[in-house]
Amino acid sequence: MILDGKAPTGRIEESWDKYRFDLKLVNPANKRKFKILVVGTGLAGASAAATLGELGYNVETFCYQDSPRRAHSIAAQGGINAAKNYPNDGDSIYRLFYDTIKGGDFRAREADVWRLAQVSNNIIDQCVAQGVPFARDYAGYLDNRSFGGAQVSRTFYARGQTGQQLLLGAYSALSRQIKAGTVKLFARTEMLDLVVVDGEAKGITIRDLVTGEIRTHVGDAVVLATGGYVNVFYLSTNAMGCSVTANWKAHKKGAYFANPCFTQIHPTCIPQAGDYQSKLTLMSESLRNDGRIWVPKKKEDCNKPANEIPEEDRDYYLERKYPTFGNLAPRDIASRAAKEQCDEGRGVGPGGRGVYLDFAASIKRLGENVVRERYGNLFEMYERITDEDAYKQPMRIYPAPHYSMGGLWVDYNLMSNIPGLFVLGEANFSVHGANRLGASALMQGLADGYFVIPNTIAGYLATTKPGKVKADHPEFKKSVEEVHGASKKLLGINGKKTVTEFIRELGTTMWEDVGMARSKESLTKALQKIPAIRKEFWENVKVSGKGEELNQQLENAGRTADFLEFAELLARDALHREESCGGHFRVEHQYPDGEAKRDDANFCYTAAWEFKGIGKEPELHKEPLKFENVHLAVRSYK
Amino acid sequence: MSAHASEHGTMNLKLIVWRQAGPNEPGRFETYDAKGITPHHSFLEMLDVVNEDLIKAGKEPIVFDHDCREGICGACSAVVNGVPHGGYKRTTLCQLHMRKFKDGDAIYLEPWRARAFPIIKDLMVDRGALDRLIQAAGWTSAHTGGVPDGNSTPIPKRSADYAMDAAECIGCGACVAACPNGAAMLFAGAKVSQLNELPQGQVEAPERVAAMVQAMAENGFGNCSNHYECQAACPKGIDVKFIARLNREFRKALVLDKVGALTKSAKAE
Ligand SMILES: Cc1cc2nc3c(=O)[nH]c(=O)nc-3n(C[C@H](O)[C@H](O)[C@H](O)COP(=O)(O)OP(=O)(O)OC[C@H]3O[C@@H](n4cnc5c(N)ncnc54)[C@H](O)[C@@H]3O)c2cc1C
Ligand code: SF4
Ligand code: FES
Repeated sequence: MILDGKAPTGRIEESWDKYRFDLKLVNPANKRKFKILVVGTGLAGASAAATLGELGYNVETFCYQDSPRRAHSIAAQGGINAAKNYPNDGDSIYRLFYDTIKGGDFRAREADVWRLAQVSNNIIDQCVAQGVPFARDYAGYLDNRSFGGAQVSRTFYARGQTGQQLLLGAYSALSRQIKAGTVKLFARTEMLDLVVVDGEAKGITIRDLVTGEIRTHVGDAVVLATGGYVNVFYLSTNAMGCSVTANWKAHKKGAYFANPCFTQIHPTCIPQAGDYQSKLTLMSESLRNDGRIWVPKKKEDCNKPANEIPEEDRDYYLERKYPTFGNLAPRDIASRAAKEQCDEGRGVGPGGRGVYLDFAASIKRLGENVVRERYGNLFEMYERITDEDAYKQPMRIYPAPHYSMGGLWVDYNLMSNIPGLFVLGEANFSVHGANRLGASALMQGLADGYFVIPNTIAGYLATTKPGKVKADHPEFKKSVEEVHGASKKLLGINGKKTVTEFIRELGTTMWEDVGMARSKESLTKALQKIPAIRKEFWENVKVSGKGEELNQQLENAGRTADFLEFAELLARDALHREESCGGHFRVEHQYPDGEAKRDDANFCYTAAWEFKGIGKEPELHKEPLKFENVHLAVRSYK
Repeated sequence: MSAHASEHGTMNLKLIVWRQAGPNEPGRFETYDAKGITPHHSFLEMLDVVNEDLIKAGKEPIVFDHDCREGICGACSAVVNGVPHGGYKRTTLCQLHMRKFKDGDAIYLEPWRARAFPIIKDLMVDRGALDRLIQAAGWTSAHTGGVPDGNSTPIPKRSADYAMDAAECIGCGACVAACPNGAAMLFAGAKVSQLNELPQGQVEAPERVAAMVQAMAENGFGNCSNHYECQAACPKGIDVKFIARLNREFRKALVLDKVGALTKSAKAE
């Protein structure tokens, strides 16, 4: 089936404004008759719920944490992009659009990316009005810095805590609506199923994580803003609770999953030190503005302290290979280059899984104080974890799973193929293509929530009657029974292995065989291993306690069960895509110098998978991608 | 004897943990062994090890809140040896590493204790009261869209930095747990100071402080009597100067008669 993304045609510069004008409106008096369920309170969900509430809709919002303020958006450090061109260095909406399309290796929809670039400027204004304390210069104007994949300074930031400040801004807007009574908050609540009635999304089934109660919520539309799935690799930069559950359950109810194999491996993370580890910590990419990345030229130097390796014996490999972008080469390129150095035996630190990120030159040039002012909290964090002082010796970094560019398929309205089901932020697949440039996920989350969904959801609501489906519809009962059944099954196995042992096993397979470099061979292997782990899980997992109570093991078991099904789809998608692009690297498809080799003749499309049953071959649907404004070209950062 | 952990391969510890099945159940301390812990384990990774052992032994694992494990979400919350987050400067529990402990150490572990934070289970408490403080007025009434350009009002770097210092609060509630009065003045003071300092927040400044102070009383928080325990426990180094600012802002609101107005309107409803 050929999918229609509903992208407007005509001049791209006018596409969003014109489209928005043509969208249907919902009469103000009718808005409060519609109930919208927003799952997720990160940047995408909180901004959406706040704005929809403010418009007068009746909103219910959900998150698994105890407070919306703890959604994982809080962890973003580096910054958020916008095409304001305040530094007068040649930025424009068009350039941000161009960089994003090229950065994503031509695997995103042009119109969506244009819209993102266009509304990026409104985001900054909105956040300033909310009291987000962005960094300012001495004249009182907003300050900018650069990020990977861009040659202009378009990144706005709030120290090393940009995500925190943006989320607290959205959370405050949400809190204001909660007080006003337009939004009702359900914290410590996990969505475990989507309820579809006559082909339309009309509700969700949730578990109250405190009491264990399973119940349904009915709505006229459902908005998923449930974040990313890279915890399928077990160790990642994501929070412990990040899961694919909401997306996966929607997928099983018919929503297509797009490009699941497009996962981002972030180059600047603190390397893994041992097997006990539960997560990997990201060091903001902004460090690459002033840090220089190198490894020893000679293998025998790898165990020497960095300061004993003379300048001429250091290989600043990014600066050497990519003189134009140097240390600011995009993430996929920088990650692969780091892995290459380590694979050649020139990695540093435990197990040789690390490269240096060195500030010595910047400290010499700018003084320690300036470096401290810019990155102090990151240096502190690094010291706390590694017990090393990065002012005195270079940091060690290594790539780690970080972000999912894939997600549920959505059209230009952010609506999935199930009418009434909208997907925002990292949970959808939309704007990043095969690789996300730095500082653009925050931008996307807020663009979707503040500026896109409030317009596009009206287009759907205007075609439906409020309260069309009631809670006594049999689909709700069926869904509750299914969720109950799954919990009961998990609690009844009483096997020998813990949930953690399973997710670790799955993660190891995923990282080794479906990770940074994939091959037909490794993927075929993974596709045998994953079902085997899943089979054992359902026979041998140990989950104690009861369903009708707070039970963190049961929560983890459910998330792991979904990862065990989803992992197979991810590997299948990677296997089918016989090309290398962005974060998806198939070793069979590379140029002699090791650069990714795209195949536009055969793969210039979004792969959207339809669920056909567990362990069964899913059906592939394609949405062809057309590039009319940015011409398909080899992506070069040299 | 210098038995500092980092000089050893692994260590064994004794954990004395508060276990409580629910808000209305009696609680008690239970003792567990944490074995084979390396100095590089974070405190929560150490707890993971203990929990894996408990699960395998068919016992209930210790319930605790956590998510990001990188010191920013504010979820982790336990009192270690009498001090919220364990007492290392600017360090959340998830960022506390076991190199700070010694082989053979006994470690006491308890939940946040405060009237406004009922215990849910074991080390997990209900901090919804902090959300309710923000809901009271911890925002600016900026509608989405229709706001001026971000650069239209220059903000002195001094003010932006000051606001950011205050805004770093992660809402963990350690300040409340550390305070003998269970006050949330550091938390509320930080939010009020951030917003009232910025031009965008000044318009509603008196109403904000009046509403937040009132909400503190309604939600079971005590009052500050200058113990400074909050600042000592705060993992983000939030300064007690923001409490002083809160008090100043409150007096300003009193002068403007906003507090009375608010109380009156609350009564009228
Ligand atoms: C360490 C780190 C640093 C980053 N730095 C940057 C940066 O500098 N710049 C940038 O642009 N991007 C950055 N990113 C990426 C960016 O932060 C995320 O992509 C983005 O914040 C995701 O926002 P979101 O709203 O889509 O999802 P999230 O913020 O992850 O929110 C997900 C929400 O869904 C809820 N949820 C999930 N599943 C369920 C369920 N089943 N039931 C109920 N609720 C559920 C959660 O409770 C949460 O509220 C970073 C990411 C990480 C991990
Ligand atoms: S002021 Fe400090 S201790 Fe209190 S909630 Fe904020 S970060 Fe936690
Ligand atoms: S788990 Fe997020 S701050 Fe500790």
